[in-house]
Amino acid sequence: MSDFDQVRLVDVSRHFGRRRAVSHVSLSARSGEIVGLLGPNGAGKSTLIGVLATLVAPTSGGVYYGDGSRGADAALRKRIGLLAHEPHLYPELSARQNLTFFAELYGVKARETVDRALDAAGLGDRGEDEVSGFSRGMRQRLALERALLHRPRLVLLDEPFTGLDDRSVGVVTDRLRRLAADGAIVWLATHDLDLADGLVTHVALMRDGRMLVNEPAAPGLRARYRALIGSA
Amino acid sequence: MFLKVALLVLRKDFAIEVRSREILFTTLFFALSCVLVFSFAFVKEGEPLEDAASGILWIAIAFAGTLALGRTFERERYGETLRALLLAPAPRPAIYVGKLIGIVLLLVVAEALLVPLVALLFQATLFARPLLLSGLLLAGTIGFCAVGTLFAAMLVRARTRDVMLPILLYPITVPVIIAGVRGTSALLQATPDEAAATMWIALLVCFDVVFVTLALWTFEPLMTE
Amino acid sequence: MRKIFTPLTVLVALMFVYAPVMIANAPYESTMGLVQKIFYFHVPAWWAMFTGVLICGIGSAMHLFRRAPAADRLAAAAGELTVLFGAIGLVTGPLWGRKAWGVWWQWDARLTMALLLELIFVGYLLVRKYGGPGSDKLGAAMAVFGMANVPFVYVSVNIWRTVHPKTSVVPTLGPGMFGAFWYSVLSFMLLFTLLLTIRFHLEQQRAELDRLYLAEEE
Repeated sequence: MSDFDQVRLVDVSRHFGRRRAVSHVSLSARSGEIVGLLGPNGAGKSTLIGVLATLVAPTSGGVYYGDGSRGADAALRKRIGLLAHEPHLYPELSARQNLTFFAELYGVKARETVDRALDAAGLGDRGEDEVSGFSRGMRQRLALERALLHRPRLVLLDEPFTGLDDRSVGVVTDRLRRLAADGAIVWLATHDLDLADGLVTHVALMRDGRMLVNEPAAPGLRARYRALIGSA
Repeated sequence: MFLKVALLVLRKDFAIEVRSREILFTTLFFALSCVLVFSFAFVKEGEPLEDAASGILWIAIAFAGTLALGRTFERERYGETLRALLLAPAPRPAIYVGKLIGIVLLLVVAEALLVPLVALLFQATLFARPLLLSGLLLAGTIGFCAVGTLFAAMLVRARTRDVMLPILLYPITVPVIIAGVRGTSALLQATPDEAAATMWIALLVCFDVVFVTLALWTFEPLMTE
Repeated sequence: MRKIFTPLTVLVALMFVYAPVMIANAPYESTMGLVQKIFYFHVPAWWAMFTGVLICGIGSAMHLFRRAPAADRLAAAAGELTVLFGAIGLVTGPLWGRKAWGVWWQWDARLTMALLLELIFVGYLLVRKYGGPGSDKLGAAMAVFGMANVPFVYVSVNIWRTVHPKTSVVPTLGPGMFGAFWYSVLSFMLLFTLLLTIRFHLEQQRAELDRLYLAEEE
């Protein structure tokens, strides 16, 4: 299996002993969509992202990429890009070394791809500097470009906006819109309803592992869902 | 693809080490400290106890190896880069192989310093049969690291990893320590016992084959949460 | 499964009550004297321990490769029994050694090997308890590696000990001792089976309880 244009979660649950991280979630997304996995901390968003990324095995239920075939093989992983809480970067290496390593790992042409990614992250002139010296915002922009190096079909983002200033948030938001327009399936997990507003095309609201809302996005997310997710 | 990814991981670890040199220097110095500390226990009136040299050499390797294993995987934990590696479109055991080769090379460098040091401090004729000794050291190091790399990788997610690694690793690798110490002692006798050393190397090679295979086999199910 | 608990418990209890009679009636061994009688508890404990290692290793392998939680529960039960029967062997062994060699511990090959296996399976229990989320898999890996390690421990410890050969009192069974010996082995294996089923049953119920808790929340 090489490519797919939709991802389906069918009755996915994941328990850790008695703790239910994700409970009976069914959800699907097609290419061009930006799914907002919204909800407070501990709602199970990260676990669900992990399941989609093939890193976490569901206790029950299934994940279907495209025509329905399921698995965690290398060809499938080539189509998945993940940006998680942590940046997935080596602080001891330079930005360029980090990107080159991951580009080669994904088997994409290193030099041009890396140059383009550095520019996209706004770090064209900082490529040779060690990542440990970067600010949180720079690191996050670099991490996003690292996750997108191999032009994944399925883009998974877990709280990509934490620690970003307004300008960087704008850059990242635009980047996600362009990705979706180019045919990617974007899943965005965040607790911040204001940032998700106007960006996501579909809302999946989670709390305590369960999905409370599953509907197309409409303006005014905060007003609509405030009652459902409490204080957040 | 498998070998390419293993080599990429190895080269990446090498690049980090070239920049920081942290693990190499700390491991070397730790191994040195081990040798000195144990010397005070096993040297009496200027004369080392029988077989003390080989014992100290292997204990230093095992202790320094544990430290290095913990540090390399701490690097992969920070920034959760281990998860990023697991996401790479490659057979996952390739990552294990890359990390394994890296840690073996690091310990070989440490041994290159330890062996002359032990030979010097204990008047041990460690260079009488250089080939057999190298064989013992290499086979033993691979065996120790084969188990250690898998355990350190699987413990990355555990909060208690620092204490769990030695608790799990040492009982399993006792055969390696016995074979290493006995084989080295056989070589240190007035007339080196080549047959005994060869027999221990053979045992170590069997251990390596069994446990590398087992680790490659269990790596994927162990790394999926 | 529950129905066999009571009859099995009664049977094992009766066998252990009668065991001293069997052992007392067995021929008196002249060199070792009364201490030789330890043998009837010592060796069967080893057998039970190795059965535990085998069940724990195989159950863990099934859990790792087939995602079979029931096999993991069986492995956990067997792991605890390995440590329990190993402890019986490790206590009775030195009692024998004190009489045979004059010291409590003289690195006898078989005792050393048992000590290492005991350490491995204590490690198994520790990592299951303190390994955090996913500790069942960490434990399973330890058990599989521990089982694969048995031949290596056996060979290396044996050669290591024969490098410095010492005369040892090799336990041999005289005629007339077989009856009591096999009786003891059977008692221990039945006790092992009983404890294993009880422990496994408990784990199954615990898993069922977890499932009910989860269902309750829905």
